[in-house]
Amino acid sequence: MSKTLIIAEHDGKDLNPSTAKCANCAAAISQPYDIVVLGSTISEVAKQAATIEGVETVIAIDAEHLAKPLAVNHAAEVVALADGYSHILGPSTTYGRDLMPRIAALLGVNQVSDISTVVGPHHFKRPIYAGNAIVDVQSPEGVKVVATVRVASWKALANTGSASLEERTADSPALTHTRYLDLQSGGGERPDLQTASRVVSGGRAMASEENFELIYSLADMISAGAGASRAAVDAGYCPNDMQVGQTGKIIAPDLYMAFGISGAIQHITGIKDAGTIVAINKDAEAPIFEVADIGLAADLFDVIPEMKQLLG
Amino acid sequence: MKILVGIKRVVDYNVRIRVRPDGSGVDTDGVKMSINPFDEIALEQALRIREAGNAEEVIVVSLGGTECQQQLRTGLAMGADRAIQVDTEENLQPLTIARALLKVVEKEQVGLVILGKQAIDGDNSQTGQMLAALWDRPQATFASGLELSGDSATVTREVDAGLEKIEVDLPAVITVDLRLNEPRFVKLPDIMKAKRKPLEVIPLTDLGVASENDLLASQYAPPPVREKGIMVEDTAQLVAELKTRGLV
Repeated sequence: MSKTLIIAEHDGKDLNPSTAKCANCAAAISQPYDIVVLGSTISEVAKQAATIEGVETVIAIDAEHLAKPLAVNHAAEVVALADGYSHILGPSTTYGRDLMPRIAALLGVNQVSDISTVVGPHHFKRPIYAGNAIVDVQSPEGVKVVATVRVASWKALANTGSASLEERTADSPALTHTRYLDLQSGGGERPDLQTASRVVSGGRAMASEENFELIYSLADMISAGAGASRAAVDAGYCPNDMQVGQTGKIIAPDLYMAFGISGAIQHITGIKDAGTIVAINKDAEAPIFEVADIGLAADLFDVIPEMKQLLG
Repeated sequence: MKILVGIKRVVDYNVRIRVRPDGSGVDTDGVKMSINPFDEIALEQALRIREAGNAEEVIVVSLGGTECQQQLRTGLAMGADRAIQVDTEENLQPLTIARALLKVVEKEQVGLVILGKQAIDGDNSQTGQMLAALWDRPQATFASGLELSGDSATVTREVDAGLEKIEVDLPAVITVDLRLNEPRFVKLPDIMKAKRKPLEVIPLTDLGVASENDLLASQYAPPPVREKGIMVEDTAQLVAELKTRGLV
């Protein structure tokens, strides 16, 4: 039973790209992999999952109580499937980080969090201390591996697959002690931070919610996602889902542009897998310049309008 | 209702840690140690619940050697009523910690457990979810809002897509995010008072819990260093550079 099961992430309509990134990690483990899609009326999502390169079987478990991403209900279904698998992978997104440890505990195993490199089927690398150290972890042979995949470390596999689809009914009853109420989405129509190829971010120096419009307008101009430092989110300049860093989103765009972000280590850990880091800061001594590929010591309130003009 | 708050002793978040040259671990000798920042937020929330009259007692618990009594004393100074040190010299992994916490939860008949969403050393983000699973109770992770009403709690969760609200029946495990509250400062008289508050030491073995199937951390390394970048003079140069590299 050397086989990997990937937990798909989706919003009921579309598969989240984190699933194809988990598949890349599964491919690196060098054994066959299946995907399980949990939800309600999910045949479209299951079809999308079936196109991911190399997937053998997509298992769709369709039930009303699985419609919302509640870990208590999703974990119970995954545990019921676990027997046939040596490895169970989920993404390092908030969905996966909520769900996977519950699965691991129900199976009585420790979890490997945030796999960034696969060395062998039981040997992985992962960042700790906000990415300031990389540790090799080895899980015991013969014990099931439950892990989250650090999505910023893996590219999504292509959509060249044609897996078989298998529909199953839910194995476990709904747990009524946990009830989903609603989701208030902060972002608009901009690309998702965790998959955007370009990201434009603002920090404390943006100084107000209104000024963040500068970030949004530049982001829209180059089809970028919009991000922020913790300081900017804490100050109420922008919604929480824009936070990039150790405790926010870990991202790996081709281009990351930081405006007025000083570069605390907690922020740097969220961007160090970016292809090119650009930093614009009035303070030439700001630590962000230590990791920037291109730096400009200047006032962002001059630079953004000038950029818009030059790019327009 | 009793509230249990977990506290982990970690390298202070302002310290820039170094990997030992031989790769055997992270150098923590002589480094400033603190309460994991998320755990402080967890404790602050528990204290507010008690102060609002919705709980009778706040218990702080930590797993580790005698040194973690420092952090427990800080927790007592913040306002916790009593402390429990689960004594062990082992470097415990989240599953074992969750198993030990469950024993404490059962012994104390706790109505609510509040933990940090992750510790800033291991960055695992596992213990709360694991405890909820073993306890067969609800979990509400990454909380940035919490309202209690009777036997349930409404929790606002910071998720990738925005702010999600769920309702959980108590008892439950809640793990907290940064924006839930701002922890209070400890005043000197409170530090003196904290010395007289009860701190119970329970050997891990007395809880009947032992590590098994641990992950082996075999080698530590510093992260790859990014190559030194360039500084440009003005916006025109910046845009030209971005265009040359095909980034815009």
